[in-house]
Amino acid sequence: MSEMHQESSGSGDSFDLSQFYQIFFEEAGENLDLMEQMLLNLNLEAADDEELNGIFRCAHSVKGGAATFGFADVAELTHQMESLLDRLRRHELQPNPQMVDVLLESADVSRGLLARHQAGGAGDPLPTADLVRRISLLASGGMLTPEPAPLVQSDSQSKVLGATQKLTNASAPSGVAPAERSLAISIGPMDKPEQADAILELFRDIAGLGKIVASTSDREDTRVFAVETTSSDEDLLDLFEFHISRELVKIQTVPETGAVTPGDGQELSESSAIHAGLTSYADDPPPGAPLAPLPGFGFFDGSPGAPAAGATVVQPAAEQKTAVANPAARAAAPAAQTEAATIRVAISKVDQLINLVGELVITQAMLAQNSRALDPAVYQQMLVGLADLDRNTRDLQESVMSIRMIPMSIVFSRFPRMLRDLAGKLGKKVDFITQGEATELDKGLVEKITDPLTHLVRNSCDHGIEMPADRLAAGKPETGTITLSAAHQGGSIVIEVRDDGRGMSREKILNKARERGLSVSDQMPDSEVWQLIFAPGFSTAEVVTDVSGRGVGMDVVKRNITALNGTVEIDSAEGFGMKVSVRLPLTLAIMDGMSVGIGNEVYLLPLSSVIESFQVDANAVNTVGQGAQLVKVREEYMPVIEMEKLFQVPRFSAEKCNSIMVVIEADGSRVALLVDELLGQQQVVVKNLESNYRKVPNVSGATILGDGKVALILDTAALVRRSRH
Amino acid sequence: MTRILAVDDSPSMRKMVAFTLSGAGYQVVEAVDGIDAYEKAVNQTFDLVLTDQNMPRLDGLGLTRKLREHPQFKTVPILMLTTESSDLMKQAGRAAGATGWLVKPFDPTRLLEVIKKVIC
Repeated sequence: MSEMHQESSGSGDSFDLSQFYQIFFEEAGENLDLMEQMLLNLNLEAADDEELNGIFRCAHSVKGGAATFGFADVAELTHQMESLLDRLRRHELQPNPQMVDVLLESADVSRGLLARHQAGGAGDPLPTADLVRRISLLASGGMLTPEPAPLVQSDSQSKVLGATQKLTNASAPSGVAPAERSLAISIGPMDKPEQADAILELFRDIAGLGKIVASTSDREDTRVFAVETTSSDEDLLDLFEFHISRELVKIQTVPETGAVTPGDGQELSESSAIHAGLTSYADDPPPGAPLAPLPGFGFFDGSPGAPAAGATVVQPAAEQKTAVANPAARAAAPAAQTEAATIRVAISKVDQLINLVGELVITQAMLAQNSRALDPAVYQQMLVGLADLDRNTRDLQESVMSIRMIPMSIVFSRFPRMLRDLAGKLGKKVDFITQGEATELDKGLVEKITDPLTHLVRNSCDHGIEMPADRLAAGKPETGTITLSAAHQGGSIVIEVRDDGRGMSREKILNKARERGLSVSDQMPDSEVWQLIFAPGFSTAEVVTDVSGRGVGMDVVKRNITALNGTVEIDSAEGFGMKVSVRLPLTLAIMDGMSVGIGNEVYLLPLSSVIESFQVDANAVNTVGQGAQLVKVREEYMPVIEMEKLFQVPRFSAEKCNSIMVVIEADGSRVALLVDELLGQQQVVVKNLESNYRKVPNVSGATILGDGKVALILDTAALVRRSRH
Repeated sequence: MTRILAVDDSPSMRKMVAFTLSGAGYQVVEAVDGIDAYEKAVNQTFDLVLTDQNMPRLDGLGLTRKLREHPQFKTVPILMLTTESSDLMKQAGRAAGATGWLVKPFDPTRLLEVIKKVIC
């Protein structure tokens, strides 16, 4: 055993910690996100111990990792955060909004620092000195006159105010420009003079506090330090008070040619401290010392396994080791399985897996199709096998798809912070409620839905929620509520953004629409009126609301969501608020399709947009101007698109005639597609046509059919738009 | 084979410790917090427990106290890895029954040196 150890310490110098960087970056990011979330949820009046501990733990973990992996700037900043949080969780300080602001800002800066390290140190270094100073001054307590700023007050303003206040406090009380002073500080007499060494850490931790050097002392119970600083005595005492009681500290100004020179002491640096710890350990700690006062590490005398008493204490440990060796062997197996609940995998690997499963599904479909011609009596076994293959393939596909599913909380979590800042800027009071954060959605969709949702939530806060005074005047609670919810409904996910703000005015939208020359009527149902705000460039300033427009950029939102095969619906009641529902398919990779035949070609329609299909009665089709056709379905005229002409499908046999129409709906309108035949419904794996070929009008993607042929998936929204022109 | 239980809620620290120790020929079992560690500890045997202090559910001190109550862990060395090197912390560690402490951050070489002092 000892040989092994010998070897290990020999190779110790070549440890490459960089292999853990990635894990650390991800973990630190998660911790910072979590911390931000908890900070935002923190109830300042009655902060929960568990919450404060949780926030502390986040900063603590980031700091520990950053220090271990050598990201000194992150470690320094998070250390300051930790110190502040530590005092908060010990109830030595009362949390206030300024602390939350500074901590949030620090989390942002930490992210920036980490991103810079992750990019290999590219880009300009971020300045942290001011932030560090601000936190440490807040953490030292009492330095700041905490004036609880209400949420409505501009954040940045209060921050600047706070900062200047702190700076003036920190400078010399007389108000003159701070000059560097040389001080001799003696601390003692103390029972444990080591405690005084804590102020060395203070100087190391607080950038800009000055320089400190431990100096020789003529008394054992007193420590002497030479200090160069611009801070006032009072400020220093305030800081020291943390560790040492005020009465023990004596500060003397030293003339420039001071008697205390750095040469007398030992410059305290990280490495020398570590060396000191290790070498003095080798020198044996003083016997009988209650606690080994060495930096770095130490052992408690007489405690189990302590090396100082190795001969006597370790022996029983070794005995016990052998005595229970057998149960250990038995128990080893079950322990391994609970080790990790999650693994991190590159998204490219998952996509590769999904692709392969997609191919497998196609191959399986091909086999299934070919096997239909086989005689069941002869090939019974093979057919049973194929049926199993069918079931397993579907299960496999489902499981693989679920890997890409991530909870909506990933998206939702960014909003509290955004709303807090926005509400602060606008002077509004907003409560943010999220529901159904655990609802899962394909990662690709989650990424794409984030921007539209951000826009909707912003709109709600910006234009929906009224100013507190207006709300009170309208008999509503002063604080508005924005609710973001997600839920599964059938094969889709419905995400709703609700607010209890002023809602939209039907009349004003209709008036504006008339001004813009849109064809509208007073009899239009509400749902259609609300859809008007999605019209491109439908500037709703002074229309929807008296103050400002709702729906600026709503056309972009709508377009983005439509591009994801989703739909947007609006519901609103003037004076009571508004609800925007976004309905999305669960995944973009698999689609339920209806295959239709046109000539010898097969096309696919998203089943979600298919309303009905019917045999065409020639009398029901009317040709209007420019050769456009309309079909009358249950006393309602609908535009017809002749797919054969649209896609210029070559027709080789004359006898086949167009006979079936499929009604599809998109963007709230319906069109009838004229096709040759309906072939069936099937799940298809959607392949991107653009990346594999090029963009084709009226086509949203492609898939491979069971027989190995490529079929195009029709872009229903584009077809409906086409019929309008 | 010397078995070490490494307890830390931070995956990167845990991986680093596990990698360092297993590279040095120790058998390492990881635990994510005090509760997890205790469950693993009492079902197996270990020659050394390395535990972080600040963890959710059950912290390092709590774990140390609990382990010391268990007959199997009366004498097994328990090292606390902590960023808090204050005397108060050390006293608490001592009172809880820890064998010693090691201040974070530490580098792998140092970790091994300290461990060697405890495990013979």
